[in-house]
Amino acid sequence: MEQKKNISRIFIGFAILFLIVILLENLSSFIPGLPQVFQPTSPLFTVLKKAAVYSLVAVSMNLLNGFTGLFSLGQAGFMLLGAYTYAILMVPSDQKEQVYYLFGGCAFNFSLLDMFGGIFGKTGVGGAISMIISCLIALILAGAVAGFFAYLIGIPVLRLKSDYLAIATLGFAEILRAIFQWQKLGKITNGANMIKGFPTFSSFNITNASGATILRLSTFVPFLVSSVCILIIVLLINSSYGRAFKSIRDDEIAAEAMGISLFKHKMLSFVISSFFAGVGGALFAMYVANAQAKAFTSVMTYEILLIVVIGGVGSVSGSVIATFLYVACSEWWLRFLDSEQYIGGFKVPLLRNGFRMVVFSVVIMVIVLFFSQGIMGGNEINIGAFLKKISSKSERKR
Amino acid sequence: MGNALHLENVTMQFGGVVSVNNLTLDVPEKQIIALIGPNGAGKTTAFNCITGVYQPTNGLIEFMGKPMVRNHPTGKALKNYKGENADKYAKEAPLSPTPDQITGLGIARTFQNIRLWKSMTVFENVLIAKHQHAKQNVFSATFRGNLSEEKRMRDETMELLREQGLDAYKDELAVSLPYGLQRRLEIARALATGPKLLLLDEPAAGMNPQETIELADFVRQIREKYDLTVFLIEHHMDLVMNISDYIYVIDFGSEIARGVPKEVQNNQHVIEAYLGVSDKE
Repeated sequence: MEQKKNISRIFIGFAILFLIVILLENLSSFIPGLPQVFQPTSPLFTVLKKAAVYSLVAVSMNLLNGFTGLFSLGQAGFMLLGAYTYAILMVPSDQKEQVYYLFGGCAFNFSLLDMFGGIFGKTGVGGAISMIISCLIALILAGAVAGFFAYLIGIPVLRLKSDYLAIATLGFAEILRAIFQWQKLGKITNGANMIKGFPTFSSFNITNASGATILRLSTFVPFLVSSVCILIIVLLINSSYGRAFKSIRDDEIAAEAMGISLFKHKMLSFVISSFFAGVGGALFAMYVANAQAKAFTSVMTYEILLIVVIGGVGSVSGSVIATFLYVACSEWWLRFLDSEQYIGGFKVPLLRNGFRMVVFSVVIMVIVLFFSQGIMGGNEINIGAFLKKISSKSERKR
Repeated sequence: MGNALHLENVTMQFGGVVSVNNLTLDVPEKQIIALIGPNGAGKTTAFNCITGVYQPTNGLIEFMGKPMVRNHPTGKALKNYKGENADKYAKEAPLSPTPDQITGLGIARTFQNIRLWKSMTVFENVLIAKHQHAKQNVFSATFRGNLSEEKRMRDETMELLREQGLDAYKDELAVSLPYGLQRRLEIARALATGPKLLLLDEPAAGMNPQETIELADFVRQIREKYDLTVFLIEHHMDLVMNISDYIYVIDFGSEIARGVPKEVQNNQHVIEAYLGVSDKE
């Protein structure tokens, strides 16, 4: 009974979160003359979108590194697979010629968007339905492709331990990036050029007949998808399999002696983590509105690893909080360091292009040196208990 | 009654060192059998061969009358092989199940240096040992299509903790327990896998005499209650002589004596082996 209440509280919590997000991004259209922060072009929404995407990838990496104890650095590679799968499946047929013009068209003349567009119609409510369904399927397929490759690479690689596994997965990600940039595969991957023209987050904004936006949903969509995925990961972690993963992390030899098949469970964790990294990659492609192998470098993996470490290895809520802080710092709050600033007539020294990264590195070093457990350590924020506290307080007031 | 475990010519050689040499022994069902020997005699290596941590270089291990592990040296290992019976098992294909498969057959073990899962509570430590027999797959587990099975696993775990007198500590971290209780928890965790044969690797290590006496009763109790066969390695002679039905003594990997406690106690080889290595016993 208590558990059911807890679940319903969590759902209410998410519903409130979504409402706030939707409200926030539509505030400027209801109330004119708001400060720049609330305008749709504000960095606030860039941060929210990117952080929503990154938090999913960070949590998926935490599942592997923090909960199963497998030190893998292949996340960017699986994101790349997801991004390309999504992009290739979703570019409408009539745009393929234009996107692949360097290679004289695409070899893969199929688009999920057109397929469902043919069933439900391409405009109005039918268009919306076909887009939602095709996007969902493309996201799942993006995850599935990443998961499939994770399975293939996992067979040889998961026999390795700690650093060796990290090196092998890192190498795998770099090889993938090179292959996707190979000109000979241009008819599918568009070589080193970007694939674009597929539906992005802003395609979910509801517009009226004349093209003006009525309701913005472009921040809500990544929040929704990431929340659902993270919720699934949390459910997995708290299940019997999640406990088995943690036992492998704590002591492999004991886990094996207690009947937990190391290979099977490591593979499961690896494939599931890669699945969600693939979904995250597809979301990332939607966020930047293009898919290009150049973006998925090992730097991206390190960024995500950093987020996981800052948030606390083995803490989902820590990863999510750290993602928002990290992305906000790198995309917004520390931006002022990159340009010349004047206080009164005094020119602040040192500030110039690139200085942000210097400060950023120092901040990270301080965190790693003095807060090596991360923000959350191995603990979790219990949304249900938190909401219960609030609701019981408000009841008492009454 | 048959043998729960039967070892035949088991040899384990690491490079040039023969850790276990041509070991042949029987562990009859429902008995408590001890394997003793001075430090470095190869007792734990023998255990590791039985539980699949190592694959023996040569020999056969049968569990409940069926061959479980079998190997013979080939190639370079054969060239360097110092043991006996190198060609006895060469005709049959090697069998080398992984430790988790062996646990699945019904052999559970404890460790000499306690290996509990450190970040987890007492309850979770036992609950995880039930995972291998759970029927749920990863989807039904994630989306909670298995609530009745999960509840059954939790109830059984609680029952087991209660029987072992650990229920008061169920929500504490396993490593925060006192040493004696950690040992007991490790045995409880092994019992949770539903074993037919329980291997105890120095269960009394680090215990005081009072705890050792309690442990002897405890081992007898669980044998009766769970219908177990027990095979143990031990240094405490009091304990071994007290509870064992039969004793095997090994030194430098080879068997030097076997018999009921009385016989072993008076065996000249055993006295020499123990006095020759250390004078503490």
